[in-house]
Amino acid sequence: MRSRLLGVVSLVGALLVAAPAPAQPTVKIGLIMTYSGQFADAATQMDNGLKLYVKQHSDTVAGKKLEFIRRDTGGIAPDVAKRLAQELVVRDRVDILSGWMATPNTLAGADVSAEARKFMPVMNGAGTLIPTKSPYIARVSFTLPQSAGALGTWAVTKGGFKKAYTMVSDFSPGHEAEQEFQRAFKEAGGEIIGSVRFPVANPDFSAFVQRAKDVNPEAIFIFVPGGVQPAALGKAFHERGVDPKKTKILGSGEVTTEQALKSMGDAGIGIITAWHYDYNINSPLNHAFVKAYREAYGRNPDFFSVGGYDGMHLIYEALKKTGGKTDAEALIAAARDMAWESPRGPMSVDPETRDVVQTIYIRRVEKVAGELVNVVIDKVENVRDPVKARMKK
Amino acid sequence: MIGSFAGVLFDGFAYGMLLFLLSVGLSVTLGMMNFVNLAHCSFAMLGGYVTVTLMDRAGWPFFATLPVAFLAAAAASVVLERALFRRLYRASDLDQCLLTIGIVFVSVAGAAYVYGTLQQPVQLPDYLRTAVTLGGLRFPVYRLFLIGAALVITVVLVAALEYTRFGARVRAAVDNQRMARGLGIDVDGVFAVTFALGSGLAGLGGALAIEMVGLDPAFAFTYLIYVIIVVSVGGLASIGGSFVAATLIGISDMAGKYYIPQLGAFLIYLVMVGLLMWRPAGLFGRR
Repeated sequence: MRSRLLGVVSLVGALLVAAPAPAQPTVKIGLIMTYSGQFADAATQMDNGLKLYVKQHSDTVAGKKLEFIRRDTGGIAPDVAKRLAQELVVRDRVDILSGWMATPNTLAGADVSAEARKFMPVMNGAGTLIPTKSPYIARVSFTLPQSAGALGTWAVTKGGFKKAYTMVSDFSPGHEAEQEFQRAFKEAGGEIIGSVRFPVANPDFSAFVQRAKDVNPEAIFIFVPGGVQPAALGKAFHERGVDPKKTKILGSGEVTTEQALKSMGDAGIGIITAWHYDYNINSPLNHAFVKAYREAYGRNPDFFSVGGYDGMHLIYEALKKTGGKTDAEALIAAARDMAWESPRGPMSVDPETRDVVQTIYIRRVEKVAGELVNVVIDKVENVRDPVKARMKK
Repeated sequence: MIGSFAGVLFDGFAYGMLLFLLSVGLSVTLGMMNFVNLAHCSFAMLGGYVTVTLMDRAGWPFFATLPVAFLAAAAASVVLERALFRRLYRASDLDQCLLTIGIVFVSVAGAAYVYGTLQQPVQLPDYLRTAVTLGGLRFPVYRLFLIGAALVITVVLVAALEYTRFGARVRAAVDNQRMARGLGIDVDGVFAVTFALGSGLAGLGGALAIEMVGLDPAFAFTYLIYVIIVVSVGGLASIGGSFVAATLIGISDMAGKYYIPQLGAFLIYLVMVGLLMWRPAGLFGRR
């Protein structure tokens, strides 16, 4: 009895001590992501990335405490994303709209950012035109034409391929990747001898692979959204007997993520991809990042994680520059010419387009110490989004 | 030209068999027992996770995990059947839908909680990943294996349901419950076992499918639509019907993607609509 009483008293005491001190000024950050559904793992990784940054840098910036409000779109659902963004602005009175994955969701959110005048750092959404839809957007992730274009040029000038076939998922990121790869490949003097688009959710790729194999290309460029499909496609190439010595598979980094390679097994060896991040990038900053990430979450970071991490960096630095002021004009002015050293390498925000400028790594899948990894074989520095660069001209 | 046509036929047939393996359990639970079990793919997903866990963490060989996947899904379904589904055998279709779709959501969240949202690695032994060349055509070993497994399951199931005493009891219990009870058949027991059989087959199908289609918590939803198409086109209550339907859908899907890729994902639905307009009760439907 006595000890129970003691317990109650000490509990009450603890509650009193823990009671909040007079309210510290806060900055509210709304995060809209696909926490559930087909792309749930992307959100998990991105959330881990941004949580790690907060953990390493304290949750108080420029005298203000950060408060996060997380909202789940449940998948590609622009209407839901828009409603959530509106609710965050009107009801929860957030200062910053961030997170963002899947281009359609991001575009829907951009409308809200433009109307409500909210700073909107985009941590994933890859569609080229996203930053043009609101003057308060700054993007730290990537655009597909960035890597597809770099790869298209590289394939001809350094890879020595002359004839290529393209296979992409039939939705806007796939189209963007396809167009940019084909344009860059042709401009560099190569020839596109065929192309095919397959449905976004496609369980069996063998028919499409057979089509590509029939025309005997030197290289096949592929794009599929992450998740279960890259492994299925990789296995289909292997099954259909596409010989990696005669026909090289080229793709974006989604094709050879850690998980996809584990499932593909040796069928993945030799695939060449262009991408902006991999946990194997050899720099002290990245080694430290990967180590801390593994300690906290028990797995390797991926490009979503680094998007979340760099997104938080942008928010922290912008808030420091404005002294904690959160109006969108001040924040975007602070963010728009920022440059920093990220685990992925040097990166910056283009002051004109507010889009990301970064190094694109050309990697080849190899077996190192019994494990399949993306080995960097070349890199292209300071890559801007080629589509917006052309629009300016 | 003929070579590529044969290749398309083979791939389509193998893909059809994959769909058949995933859906045959549903033609038992939905088809025979008339229970709208949208949670079917949740059991398939459970089978998939069992196989991955045993292979990846315990180092079991692939084939040894298959019976366990079957048993695990069957056991889980008995618990659910006794606790929940049993109460709704005579409820309306809508009530059954609501309950089972709820279970799908729970299973998706449960899988994400236990295994995380990431895609599970599926690594089969190398001899299953090679291909045999015959007359200039490549036949991937795993697809051959899928076809074989589907044929064996079809024969065993049809034989068990048509020619054994247990099969007769099942058919009696499904056709006329009161009469069956009057004859002294333990209808509850028969239903429980039949349901476990259907779900066990789902677990096995899931374990076999993940090599080709991958595994993450969204699995329970992603393949739901395909198994329902197969069962409804085949005709409820007909194992043979599901087999034929899966074959037709697999081949037409593959041929469509090869010859007219612009049509892409739509063809499978066009085939379904066409077949159902021609035979609303399905190819071999009895009611």
